[in-house]
Amino acid sequence: MRETKRRIWLRSVVGAAATAALMGTAWGQETLKIGLLTNLEGPFAVPGQDGFRGADMALKEKNGMAGGKKIEFIKLSSDATPDKAVAATRKAVEQDKVQIMIGPLSGDEGIAVKNYAKSHPDVTFVNGSSGAQATTLVDPAPNFYRFNTEGAQWMVGLGEHALGKGYKKVFLVAEDYGFPYSQVQGFMASYCAKGGKVVDKAWVPLGTKDYSSIVAKIPKDIDAVVVVLGGSDAVNFLNQYEQAGGAKPMVGGSITVDQTVLNYKGKRRESLLGTASAGPMADSIDTPEWKKFVADYKAQFKDGFPSPSLFAYLYYINTRATLEALDAVKGDLSNGQKAYRDALQKTSFNGPAGEVKIDANRNGVGTTYITEVTKAPDGSFYNKVVKTVPNISQTLGLSEAEFKKMGLGSRDVPDCRK
Amino acid sequence: MSAAQWRRAMNSAATAAAPTLAPLPRRAQPAADAPRASTAPSWPARFVARIRARHVVVLAALVAYPFVASPFFTYQIGAQALALGLIALSLTFLGGYGGMVSLAQMTVAGVAGYGVAVFGTSSAAAISLGWPWWLASAVAIVLATAFAAAVGWLSVRTEGIYTIMITLAIGVAFFYLAQQNYTVFNGFQGFNRAGAPEVLGVESRDPVPFYFATLVCALAGYFLVRHLVRAPFGIALQGIRDNPRRMASLGYAVTAHRVAAYAVSGLLAAVGGVLMVWYNGRISPGTVNLGAMISILIIAVLGGMKHPIGAFVGAIVYVLLQNFAIDLFVRERFNLVIGAGFLAIVLFSPDGLLGLWAKLRSSLVKTQTPQQTRRQP
Amino acid sequence: MNRSSRVLLAALAIAVVVFSAWAIADNASLYFKTLLNGLTLASLYFLVASGFTLVFGLMRNVNLAHGSLYLLGAYVGWIVGEQTGSWLLAVAAGFLSAAVVGLVMQVLIFRHMEGQDLRQTLVTIGLSIVLADLMLWGFGGEIYTFDPPPLIYGSTVLPVVEKFPTYRIAVLVAAIAIGIGLWTFLARTRVGMMIRAGVDDRGMLAASGVNVQLVFAVTFAIGAGLAGLAGVVGGTALSISPGEDTRYLLASLVVVIVGGMGSIVGASIGALLIGTAEQFGLAYAPTYSVVFTFVIMVVALAFRPRGIMGRAA
Repeated sequence: MRETKRRIWLRSVVGAAATAALMGTAWGQETLKIGLLTNLEGPFAVPGQDGFRGADMALKEKNGMAGGKKIEFIKLSSDATPDKAVAATRKAVEQDKVQIMIGPLSGDEGIAVKNYAKSHPDVTFVNGSSGAQATTLVDPAPNFYRFNTEGAQWMVGLGEHALGKGYKKVFLVAEDYGFPYSQVQGFMASYCAKGGKVVDKAWVPLGTKDYSSIVAKIPKDIDAVVVVLGGSDAVNFLNQYEQAGGAKPMVGGSITVDQTVLNYKGKRRESLLGTASAGPMADSIDTPEWKKFVADYKAQFKDGFPSPSLFAYLYYINTRATLEALDAVKGDLSNGQKAYRDALQKTSFNGPAGEVKIDANRNGVGTTYITEVTKAPDGSFYNKVVKTVPNISQTLGLSEAEFKKMGLGSRDVPDCRK
Repeated sequence: MSAAQWRRAMNSAATAAAPTLAPLPRRAQPAADAPRASTAPSWPARFVARIRARHVVVLAALVAYPFVASPFFTYQIGAQALALGLIALSLTFLGGYGGMVSLAQMTVAGVAGYGVAVFGTSSAAAISLGWPWWLASAVAIVLATAFAAAVGWLSVRTEGIYTIMITLAIGVAFFYLAQQNYTVFNGFQGFNRAGAPEVLGVESRDPVPFYFATLVCALAGYFLVRHLVRAPFGIALQGIRDNPRRMASLGYAVTAHRVAAYAVSGLLAAVGGVLMVWYNGRISPGTVNLGAMISILIIAVLGGMKHPIGAFVGAIVYVLLQNFAIDLFVRERFNLVIGAGFLAIVLFSPDGLLGLWAKLRSSLVKTQTPQQTRRQP
Repeated sequence: MNRSSRVLLAALAIAVVVFSAWAIADNASLYFKTLLNGLTLASLYFLVASGFTLVFGLMRNVNLAHGSLYLLGAYVGWIVGEQTGSWLLAVAAGFLSAAVVGLVMQVLIFRHMEGQDLRQTLVTIGLSIVLADLMLWGFGGEIYTFDPPPLIYGSTVLPVVEKFPTYRIAVLVAAIAIGIGLWTFLARTRVGMMIRAGVDDRGMLAASGVNVQLVFAVTFAIGAGLAGLAGVVGGTALSISPGEDTRYLLASLVVVIVGGMGSIVGASIGALLIGTAEQFGLAYAPTYSVVFTFVIMVVALAFRPRGIMGRAA
């Protein structure tokens, strides 16, 4: 009898503990909670932390308050897969009951979160750093706002710059998924229109490390190689290209010669010098706003990068826009957040890298910086700004009709072989 | 054939073939053999006789859960754990009872998920065929089961230890195929808004209806496995796990049994895959990547591969950790925590959390009457 | 080899010849460059896979932490290379560090799980997850490259292909040397003889008075050390970052499945097949090049379930 009682007692204790764990209580809500989603796992684990840093900087500038309320970030992580991004967003929206959500980091995560946003019209979603064209061009959500420009917009102007350097025929090497498609479209939109020829495109499966056969395919009669690879893939390609005797100049995408690539741990290769690239920001922008941004970043984050990365900048402007709109409506999120969303639509400010505002489709309109890799006096490499192209919208410098005709970037769009 | 028919066939064949001998002294009358087989209790009666109080409590708790827990918990914790648990159950059946640990269970689930997206409705209108949900799901499940049988056929003709390697490689191959192919799989971005059905006016992606849908499927899978492992097929499978040569010499078709086991586990995983694609509302190569494949193994081992309930226990723990790790400790080291936990379980308690529970129980409850020592949940 | 295998082999050979003729006529330089690239990639895969197949052949242990040992050897080798400035020391350090870790794993963990193949494999999976995250924590997500001596860096001029990376030729030479060395070790030394005897019949080896645990430990150390060495060598060619461990683990798996478990010759054949297939796929059909290798594996399994040179256990 005692044994049976003990058994029942033991099982009840475990059962109660399990029940308590699985119940889920909602904790109190004194402050305004904003969900903040970035990548702390997966391929963007290290740059993803910079996203948090950028958002924290924006909050610190406002002394932790916006719209008269104290702001608390609910920090979430994903691993660059859309499933995890939606799961994390769902936790923030349904469990932690945030009313504003900032994130995610990568392009495909952005499309998935946008789709989730459609089923929660009472929550406002602001982008983190995702840069896929389709997020706002295909089936947009009325409560998803993106204050940064996207992958295609980041390359506008690079085409003319390449033609200006005499690169009339180029060969393209890029990774085979959505973000490079957008980047290539941004480059080719004006490059092809003004007479350039992209002789062939080599779309490489994601995760390829051995580019030797691609390098072998590069024809001899071209002027430059356009490389839209990221991170370690870019490092591998550059090394292998050089070792295979390649000597043509390169034009890089927005993440091909960025900080992570220029700062890789190993001997810097001189062949990188002079590589042109483009993006929404650069390490060496010569304006007082940018210099202040860099100084603040360095002062606040001793364990950060030598200079704020792309992700820090993008999360910063999106978070700052979110908070400034809150200030404009004095924290009023009532009535389905209507007043707040109107304020968001009107929000614009002078960010560290140019003006920040959105178009009627709630996508950012901004500046693109054309850069070239240069050696600093201390021997390290950095991206020097050579041209600034302001006011670029999602139609990439083309008229709306022309852009609609071209369609979104893909493997074969656009095409100008002849 | 059923156990009773087998006995009858053996007995009649024996008596027909045996030479006439002096009848041996027997305790009971020989004529009682035949009617005894038909007066054995039918399986529903046997089933009811085995129900205990704790079964009723657990079932009642499962049914009452969505009405007391918040919608988030019902959906993201409860339903997800049940769906993941179903996929892990397929691995428990195949690995625990069949001795073949296959890392391709998530792949089979992914094939079913992609099938639902391709045959049903989704955001990629150019690819999706737009069939009604029940047809798309049925076809997807059939396809995935066939795929599982094919994987089984490839893997079973060598030793058991090859199975992990081969299924791992097949799973990764499918991942790359889904990632690179745009005509059928829509490449890297996959399918968004993969149709979850609206049945009888009830939007099935609402937390409570979806939870009950997954609960029904999970219970069905659980009882199927429990029934199968006691049926001749399951017993034969366990025999093949323990000693394939002996079973072959007894006349069992070892390869056929193994492939059939793959097909059955493929069916379970396929149903789980359909539930997962409805749960997420989307599918992409990321759903079937290497991490996801290994997660199913971790869930199954964590819970314990000797009992079907272990898969669900492991799934609940995994889902809780995944959602709340960031609140409890540094999220970046989630993999380290899960990996270390998995390692600890395999090193010290190979029977998973259920093994730990059994040890705990036996150490806290000193004496047990003989009939209670052979408990199985 | 039965009839259907012979027919298939003949069909494959004809297909390869036809394709080569077309490719040479189309662009001879590309074809030979790709062939050479395939050979050099194969030599890298052979280096990684040889350790894996050695460990499985003798100890029936599917060491899924093999990729983590590769990465660990690479990181340690990098640190040593940075500190001493010598690439050769880095290679040695990569070999030694991985060998030590492998030895520790064998003596502390696997020795107590004799005969429990599945459990050993699950432990290696757990170890690989833990090691991968520890290395991510310790070394971060950045890219590490090595600095080999100028003698083997740069390009050499070869007939037909013109400029070809010198380093890859060095890798090819090194792999051939190590392959011959391994084969000699197994075929001509006493320890090698014991290992081969153990592969055939472990029980008899123990019965004839050999310290089987010592042989196991030595074998695991060598197998792990080979992975670490390949880590430095491969890292010099293709840089090091998190994720390389799963890449090379999968490559080793496919190479060994195709070539046959426990056979060094099988590993070299498998590596040749997979390496050349991958490079030709990348050059002529990049979209599905990754799937090619797995298709080869599936076809090989369908006809030779134990691999090309595999034997019944």
